[in-house]
Amino acid sequence: MNVLARTATDDSPTRRTEAPSPEQRSPVIEVRSLTKVYDPKAGPVLDDVSLSVEKGSIHGIIGRSGAGKSTLVRCLNGLVSPTSGRIFVGGREITGLRGPTLRAARRDIAMIFQHFSLLSSRTAAGNVALPLEIAGVPKDLIHRKVPELLKLVGLGGKADSYPVELSGGQKQRVGIARALALEPSVLLSDEATSALDPETTEQILTLLADINRRTGISIVLITHEMDVVRQIADHVTVLEGGRIAETGPTFGVFAFPQSTVARSFLSSIVAHDLPEEVAARLQADASDATDPVLRITFTGASAHDPVVATLVERFGIRPNILHGRIDYIGGKPLGIMTLIAQGGEPRLPAVLSYLQSLGLHGEVIGHAVRSAAPGTR
Amino acid sequence: MLSDLLPPALVNLLLASLQQTVTMVAASAVLSTLIGLPLGILLVVTAPGQFLERPVFNKVLGTVVNLIRSTPFIILMVAIIPFTRLLAGTTVGTAAAIVPLTVAITPLYARLAEAAMREVDQSLIEAAESMGASPLQIIFKVLLPEALPGIVAGQTVTLVSLIGYSAMAGTVGGGGLGDLGIRFGYQRFMPEVMIAVVIVLVAIVQSVQMTGDLAARLVNHRIARSRRSR
Repeated sequence: MNVLARTATDDSPTRRTEAPSPEQRSPVIEVRSLTKVYDPKAGPVLDDVSLSVEKGSIHGIIGRSGAGKSTLVRCLNGLVSPTSGRIFVGGREITGLRGPTLRAARRDIAMIFQHFSLLSSRTAAGNVALPLEIAGVPKDLIHRKVPELLKLVGLGGKADSYPVELSGGQKQRVGIARALALEPSVLLSDEATSALDPETTEQILTLLADINRRTGISIVLITHEMDVVRQIADHVTVLEGGRIAETGPTFGVFAFPQSTVARSFLSSIVAHDLPEEVAARLQADASDATDPVLRITFTGASAHDPVVATLVERFGIRPNILHGRIDYIGGKPLGIMTLIAQGGEPRLPAVLSYLQSLGLHGEVIGHAVRSAAPGTR
Repeated sequence: MLSDLLPPALVNLLLASLQQTVTMVAASAVLSTLIGLPLGILLVVTAPGQFLERPVFNKVLGTVVNLIRSTPFIILMVAIIPFTRLLAGTTVGTAAAIVPLTVAITPLYARLAEAAMREVDQSLIEAAESMGASPLQIIFKVLLPEALPGIVAGQTVTLVSLIGYSAMAGTVGGGGLGDLGIRFGYQRFMPEVMIAVVIVLVAIVQSVQMTGDLAARLVNHRIARSRRSR
C-alpha cells in the first residue's frame, strides 16, 4: 500500500522534499538515481539505483558479492562518494557534504560490520565509549551511558573484557552497543552476521529486531543470506550487477519472486523447485495417463485453511503431497505445497477456481505420468 | 671483582664512558621519538588511499627518509658537521654527538613506526570514519593505540641500533664505551678493556631488548590476558 503511494508521488520529487510529508511513515533514507563508477573501463558498480527506506523499518538489501551492496551502503554514510545521484538521510542531503558537516551527519548514521571492527586496544566499555568520545560527550556522561548500552545488548558483565576475550557473537553485540551510543536514527548493517554461526546469527538478528521495535531505529541490512532477510526485514531490495532487480515488502518478494535472481536466492529457503524424481516424469500436456502437479502458495490467514481435505471431499481428488513447508516471513506464514492431484485432470479448472476463491495462488506446474510404484495407492 | 681485573683508574674510565653512552643514547632516543613518530604518522596518513592522502608530499618525505637511511653513519656524521655546529654550538664532545645520532636514527624509527601503523586494519579506520571521527581523532584514538605494540617493538630496535651507532661517536669526540674500547683496548693493546667494554655493551643491549619485549607484550591486547601475563 505504502509502496504504491510512494510510486505515485515519486513523479514530483521536488515537491516531496520541500513540504514535510504529512504521512506518518515518511522515508528516512531516499536514494535517487545513484550511480558509482570506480573504473570507467569496468563499468558502473551501481547503476541508476533509486530506493527509499521507511522510517522505523528494517530494509534488507540482498545481492551476491560484487552486486554493489557494500558500495551502496557506504554511499549512505558518505564513506564512498557517488559519481552521480542524490542521497537523503533523515531529510538531509548527504551527497556533497564534506569535512565537519559530513562528520556531524555521520553521527546520525551508525554502522556495524562483518568483522566487528572493534579496537583491540580497548575493552568492551572502551569500544562503546569511542563514538561518544569522538562526538565530544562529557566524560561523566560517557561513564553513565556505557554500562547502560552494554546492558542493552546483554553484555553487562563484560565491560572490562578485551575483544580477544569475547566470542564472535559478543563482539558483534559490542559493535551494536557502540553503534547505538549516539542514538542514531539509522543503523547500517554490513553483513553483520556473515561471520557468525547460525545460532549466533539468530540471536543477533533477534537483538536487532528487538532494538528496532523498542527504539524505532531504521535498519538497513546488507546481506547475501536470504534467511537473514526472511527473519527480520519487512522490505527487501534485490541487487544484481549494480541494478535493482526487485524491491518490495519481504513477504511479497518471497511468495511471488519476479526476478530470476530473487528466485535463485529463495531456492535455499522456500521450495520453488520440484523433487528430481517427479521432475523426471513431468510433461507439459495432460493425457489420460497423467495427473496434474499443482503448486499451491498459501499466504497469510489462508495458510490455516483445510485445503487438502476440501480437495478430497469436494473434488474426489487423491492428493499425493510431494513437498510441503510453511515458512514464517517476518512472522507471517508462507506455505508452499506441491502435490500430484491424482484423478484431478478432468476437474482441474474447478480446482483452480476454488483455490482462487480462497485467495490462494494455484499453479499447474505440469503433468506427471502415473507411476505404478508401490506406496502410491 | 672488577677491581681485581682492571686497575681503579680504568674502572673509573669505564664508568665515565658508560655515562657518556647512556647520555648520548637516551638523549637521541627521546629526540628521535619526538621527531620520528610524527614523521611515521605523516608517512602513513598521506600515503595514497589514506585519509589524508597527499601523494607528492608522501613521495618527497619517503625519499628524504631513504636518503638519510642509506648514508653510512660515519659519513653522515662528518657530512652534517655544519648542522651540528648550528644546533650544539660545537662539533666535538658528547653533546655534539647527539645531533648526528638523532639525525641518523630518526628515519629508522619513523619507518618502523610507519610499518607498525600500516598493520592497523583499514576497516578500523573506516569504522572510526563512519562514527564521524576527524583525522586527528583517527590518529590518536585508533592508529596510535592500535599500533602501540609494534611501535614499542620498533622503539626497542631503535635503541639497540643507537647503542651500536654511539660506539662510532668517538670519531667526533663523543666518548662513550665504543670509543674507550678502541682507544684503550685496540690502540693501547689492552684486551681486558676491550673485553670489559664488550661485556657491558652486551649487558645493556640484553636488558634493553628484554624490557622492550616485556613492554610490547603488556600493551598488546590482541593476545588473551592469561597468555600475556606469562
